[in-house]
Amino acid sequence: MKKETKKDKKLRLATIWLDGCSGCHMSFLDIDERILLLAEKVDIVFSPLVDVKEFPEDVDITLIEGALGTEEDLHKLMKIRPRTKILVAFGDCAITANIPSMRNPFGTEATLNHVYLEMGADRPQIPTQGVPPLLPRALPLHNYVKVDVFIPGCPPSADTIFFALTELIEGRTPELSQMTRFGA
Amino acid sequence: MSPTNSIKTFTIDGKPVSATESETILDVARQNGVNIPTLCNMDGLTSTGQCRLCMVEIGGSNRLVPSCVSKPEEGMEVTTESPRLLKYRQMILELLFSERNHICAVCVTNGNCELQSMSQRLGVDHVRYQYLNPQFKVDGSHPKYEVDHNRCILCGRCVRVCDEIEGAHTRDLRNRGINTLVITDFDGPWGESKSCTSCGKCVHVCPTGALAEKGKSVAEMAKRRQFLPYLVMRRKGASK
Repeated sequence: MKKETKKDKKLRLATIWLDGCSGCHMSFLDIDERILLLAEKVDIVFSPLVDVKEFPEDVDITLIEGALGTEEDLHKLMKIRPRTKILVAFGDCAITANIPSMRNPFGTEATLNHVYLEMGADRPQIPTQGVPPLLPRALPLHNYVKVDVFIPGCPPSADTIFFALTELIEGRTPELSQMTRFGA
Repeated sequence: MSPTNSIKTFTIDGKPVSATESETILDVARQNGVNIPTLCNMDGLTSTGQCRLCMVEIGGSNRLVPSCVSKPEEGMEVTTESPRLLKYRQMILELLFSERNHICAVCVTNGNCELQSMSQRLGVDHVRYQYLNPQFKVDGSHPKYEVDHNRCILCGRCVRVCDEIEGAHTRDLRNRGINTLVITDFDGPWGESKSCTSCGKCVHVCPTGALAEKGKSVAEMAKRRQFLPYLVMRRKGASK
């Protein structure tokens, strides 16, 4: 990856969240003023933090937060993978399916019934309009595509995220095992 | 060297070491500062070789042996770390994660869990196997403690401490392989157990969040293991 990056050209960074809580993105923002250091090295070309609707071509690094919970998540992942050089599973949900996977032992039907019909809502109904269908199980990203870097943590700390990004920008593979772990 | 010699000399990772007749390869490694990964082993309890993390290589043999239940032999060359061993140890951890529902982020022992810290130590940052997502019940029938089989790694420490130290043998394992389950008495609710003394030893030797005190929230269940060496020491003293 080092050969392709010219020193004077900024890397293209994208971030996205799928079936996650946005906590990893919050932790990303917790790098505070260090985001200015990042901004010298990267352009954020797609992210919940910027107003771009279509995932662009030729992205260098993409951080994906969240598990694959719906068909839409899977569709997005399949679009992102060929358009990004380094795909990062960002946080436990992306790596293990984590909290979203807690529905897995029960199946989608039982889960939807329990949440929408059995919890005593006023007019109980399962939403079908404008929402993507759930996948049978919430799954880690690497069940479908090649993942280049894993950043465990729920969420990974700001220091971990900054270190990982700095290493990736410099063309190195970050060694994170001492900095973070599942559930960190 | 006479075959009846009670002291065995051998090497661990190239370092010359010696063992008495009663010592295992794992014992000698620990005495010499070599930290072989283990999960089911616990000082003070019988070693059973259940988790297979402590497997080591023996020079001249292709077979891996579990160091916690293997005695050294004269001249043996033991290797405790190699790419092959790391590969198998990582596989063991990944299989443990895939077989149950270990969700560290919402676990009472998050930050105090041996499965979690061992994964960190051995560089397991994702699980290559499909998660099986089995359905396990949580038994909260005991007034003080609860068991969540989703987090059990079947190390058997709870079974052994209850049998060997407390002397109650409330716990045991039923079924085989992936279907193995830690049970209370004849597979009844813990709260209805006639043999359980509610001592809590099983809770505190459990390496994960499978056994926990009630009322603990995420990351609040730190295990207290100090009692075990003390009880073992007293027992040894009494038997002399």
